Amino acid sequence: MNNYFFSDMSVMLGRSMRHIFRSMDTIITVCITPIAMMLLFVYVFGGAIQTGTDNYVNYLLPGILLIAIASGISYTAYRLFLDKQRGIIERFHSMPIARSAVLWGHVLTSLVSNVISLVVIILVALLMGFRSSAGVLPWLAVTGILILFTLALTWVAAIAGLSAKSVEGASAFSYPLIFLPFISSAFVPTETMPSAVRAFAENQPVTSIVETIRALLSSQPVGNDIWVALAWCLGILMVAYLFAVRAYKRKAA
Amino acid sequence: MGKAIEVKSLRKSFKGTEVLKGIDFEVKRGEIFALLGSNGAGKTTIVSILTTLLKQDGGTATVNGFDVASDPENVRHAISLTGQFAAVDEILTGRENLIMIAKLRHLPNPRQVADDLLIRFSLTEAANRRASTYSGGMRRRLDIAMSLIGNPQLIFLDEPTTGLDPEARIEAWKMVKELSDGGTTVFLTTQYLDEAEQLADQIAILHEGRIIAGGTLEELKKLFPPAKVEYVEKQPSLEEIFLAIIGKREVSNHE
Repeated sequence: MNNYFFSDMSVMLGRSMRHIFRSMDTIITVCITPIAMMLLFVYVFGGAIQTGTDNYVNYLLPGILLIAIASGISYTAYRLFLDKQRGIIERFHSMPIARSAVLWGHVLTSLVSNVISLVVIILVALLMGFRSSAGVLPWLAVTGILILFTLALTWVAAIAGLSAKSVEGASAFSYPLIFLPFISSAFVPTETMPSAVRAFAENQPVTSIVETIRALLSSQPVGNDIWVALAWCLGILMVAYLFAVRAYKRKAA
Repeated sequence: MGKAIEVKSLRKSFKGTEVLKGIDFEVKRGEIFALLGSNGAGKTTIVSILTTLLKQDGGTATVNGFDVASDPENVRHAISLTGQFAAVDEILTGRENLIMIAKLRHLPNPRQVADDLLIRFSLTEAANRRASTYSGGMRRRLDIAMSLIGNPQLIFLDEPTTGLDPEARIEAWKMVKELSDGGTTVFLTTQYLDEAEQLADQIAILHEGRIIAGGTLEELKKLFPPAKVEYVEKQPSLEEIFLAIIGKREVSNHE
């Protein structure tokens, strides 16, 4: 690592944040689509969905946040792929800069942009009647889990971006991730699902994360869910990080 | 004059296919060195090794006195790479691209550096437009301008004129000559014979992973039987016609 790691990384961050703010497509996908989905579920389907809570927005919000993250990180894969394909990474790597700053710049961009879109979505949810009784500490815990989830998926996206052979391939991996919340307790309780689907829904990472966030926001006990959620996030994070760094070194060596 | 690049029995294979089969050559400081070869001859592989992007399997290569394998950091301080495809950030403007590189080179006044280069490369008018709106020639100019930031002693140009129209090509040649006049060592690869002939002080011909001939243009010409005098009616080439029609005839007849 060289002395310029942080200054180089901030140049990379500034660069890809510009990419995001100049791309209407990105803004629509990562921010407007989740909001539209939230509107659709609350005002169209919500009336017919029985969740046992008095406010469906409260029930729905955690799942919407995860969907926003899953679609946000697909752009990280896309941007990494384009950098690789267009020779920009080679240009950077032939310069006397901290090489890892290129990859970390993308990771940091993913984190910053996802935080921005999550804040916007939460503000819209507040307008739609979302209320939370949670204090500062539970909110910090929610923030921590969302950041961890973002980082875990970002490193998965990095693998996809670095090893993809086409633009489509680079972003296609995120479709199943965006779909996962639908087969979880994000939109409806799992009790009404057929047993096989229910077994899947209750044991996949999204459900434990959604349940944890929902419990934290409504001041309910989080129980075991928080540990299951943390284990999933950290597990995915570590495995994906190792593979991503290996893929990056292979491209860079 | 010192040596800018020294390559000794360089070898590289990809998945069992030997791409470089023992390459030797030297580049002197301040000269324009052209590596001439057809597609797939291994030109880009050599550039990648010399610019520390790829590790060789065997042999040694030193750039500016530093070994590329054991001391890549010092090599990177001395060089700049302009890859085969203009590696500019299309979403950023021309100015932003230049500022970005100046910041990554940790120069004190990135904006000033950018403004100076925009003037020098006649990009001031397009400075605030996204690079995606640039023509091929403008993009290449921006690309080369980005490579000059930080005044590297040695510039690698990997097929700098591939895909350019004839006008942009002549413009790129002019830039390369100016660079060289300013004392920069230029290492360029090309598949065009006339490009090597126009620009290079030294030429090496790479064929199937080996340098099969090398030297100045004069030396290479001596390898062939002496010229015979024949009288042939000179027809203008299509390039000459094209340039004459669009009014660039004086440029094409330089020298």
